[in-house]
Amino acid sequence: MSVIFSTMSRLFFVLMLVASVYMLFRGHNEPGGGFIGGLFAALAFALLALADSVKAARRALMIHPSVLIGAGLFLAFLSGLPGLLSDGSFLTHWWAEIGSVHVGTATAFDIGVFMVVIGGVLSLVFRFYEGVEQ
Amino acid sequence: MSDTLLLWPVILPLAGAALAAAFHARPGVQRAVALATMTATFGASVLLINAVMAGDILTKAFGGWMPPFGIVFAADRFSAAMVVISSLLALCALVFSMGDLRKRQVKSGFYPLFMGLMIGVNGAFLTGDIFNLYVWFEVMLIATLGLITLDRTRVQIDGAIKYAVLNLFSTILFLMAIGLLYGATGTLNMADLAIVLPQAESSAALTLSAMMFLMAFGIKAGFFPMFFWLPASYHTASIIVSAVFAGLLTKVGVYALFRVFTLLFEVDDGTLKPLIALFAAGTMVFGVFGAAVQWDVRRILSFHIISQIGYIMLGLAIATPLAMAGAVFYIIHHIVVKANLFFIAGAIHRATGSFDLRKSGGLMKSSPMLAVLFAIPALSLAGIPPLSGFWAKLMVVDASFQGEAAWLAAVALFVGLLTIFSMSKIWIEAFWKEPVRRLRVRPVPAAMIAPIAVLGIITLAIGFNPEPLVAFSNLAAESMGDRTQFIGAFFDQAHTAGVTP
Repeated sequence: MSVIFSTMSRLFFVLMLVASVYMLFRGHNEPGGGFIGGLFAALAFALLALADSVKAARRALMIHPSVLIGAGLFLAFLSGLPGLLSDGSFLTHWWAEIGSVHVGTATAFDIGVFMVVIGGVLSLVFRFYEGVEQ
Repeated sequence: MSDTLLLWPVILPLAGAALAAAFHARPGVQRAVALATMTATFGASVLLINAVMAGDILTKAFGGWMPPFGIVFAADRFSAAMVVISSLLALCALVFSMGDLRKRQVKSGFYPLFMGLMIGVNGAFLTGDIFNLYVWFEVMLIATLGLITLDRTRVQIDGAIKYAVLNLFSTILFLMAIGLLYGATGTLNMADLAIVLPQAESSAALTLSAMMFLMAFGIKAGFFPMFFWLPASYHTASIIVSAVFAGLLTKVGVYALFRVFTLLFEVDDGTLKPLIALFAAGTMVFGVFGAAVQWDVRRILSFHIISQIGYIMLGLAIATPLAMAGAVFYIIHHIVVKANLFFIAGAIHRATGSFDLRKSGGLMKSSPMLAVLFAIPALSLAGIPPLSGFWAKLMVVDASFQGEAAWLAAVALFVGLLTIFSMSKIWIEAFWKEPVRRLRVRPVPAAMIAPIAVLGIITLAIGFNPEPLVAFSNLAAESMGDRTQFIGAFFDQAHTAGVTP
């Protein structure tokens, strides 16, 4: 792998992760959200896997992609539960004003989606790249 | 608050699937989570059927969006019964899996995928929105593909591709049918469609849409002439997966067919009735002939799924309340019996090491208990009195005589005879004849025997005391055929919420 690519990939890895988190929270009221943010973040790890190795990318991710899918799905599930208490409807979201920021349980749902997308894309990408590396 | 009951059969498996995936590296925890959530799901489904037993239809609009705009869940007797029986079957399969599941299969994600399948199945039974039904079909398809390829062998991938191609074709047809329907009526809510469609002028778009629904669900349900994918793929999966597929997947297609062709379209008018009758007869005959030439237990049973689907279709083809009741009875009986036969095939495999009948034998002497447990569902499938299959067949055959379709009744009886032939083939080869070579018969673990016994007891219970289930089927068929009640359940709620549709 060329030196330029592997050096720049470190930089881009960080930048893309930052952008992905920005995208995630921007999705609150504007285009963006968990799905797109998750794709950004998955791309960052895929880049790392391409530039260095899948092993390094797995290390950077720290947890197994399947675990990420499960945890994200569970978070999304939990975010639906408060609605059951208020009007007996799953996924009816709660909203609150903290200062000027409008937050709600929908944010937790979006973070869950974010995690599921990263986990889903990466479990596929890592498998493929490992096949290529062998 | 009873309407939240509708949610639990879907969101409990969802939570279970999420947790099981999160504990990726801990098979023990996954198993505990799966057993706990499926037990809870079964409990929730029993509460649900208890709530609709009196004849009410429960509805639940998501996110406060009232019908016809929001997505709505609805449960009447029929859908609640389907949820109960499928949750029970899933629980049995999980218990069975404790004796049969290999480490590698758990590592490939058996538990999350299995519960993912149950999310889709229960969602499809409970939804009151035709597009939402499509979404649940997709959820099922994804989980199914994962489950077929659990062992990652070449045969399984081959089976999965056959499965995927035809089922994707079916979902595309389904989607196009929904598109046409939406274009013609401007709504996707089933109750709203039930209001709009009878008033709509018959047009080419609507006829085409009805045909496409028939084809789409027909592929899913595996009926003639579109059943080829089923025997080509089911036997490749591991036996737990096959059993659940055999019990549930085709039945979801049948369920969707019943919903669409009672609520949205009438079977009675025009060309549909003879067409469905022809399909039903073809399905029965070709399924049973297909089974006659097979030697692999799983393939024989797969072909029998098809022939039995024909009997259920027969109910829809005649479309009298009596026939519909027969079909409901038949579905419930068939889920129990067919899944049980697959479990037994798994037990035979465990005992003799082969699914091929020519290589097994002598089980009668070595494990008489298994022989008894096989005899119950096998005789029931063939329709020997007084087992559950006899009553199921009696109801549909009786309905077809009364519905002036004696030729269908004749086909049904003829196919019944051939079914006996197939079942006795398994009996003679696996249980009766002397083993081909000296075979060391391995013991079958209790975890595998227990679900077989439970399902066998249910079969016997239905057989010796069919009256409650017959009564229930009549009621279920009645509420299924009653459009105004279904519509009333939806729009009453909308009015109390102050929204006029």
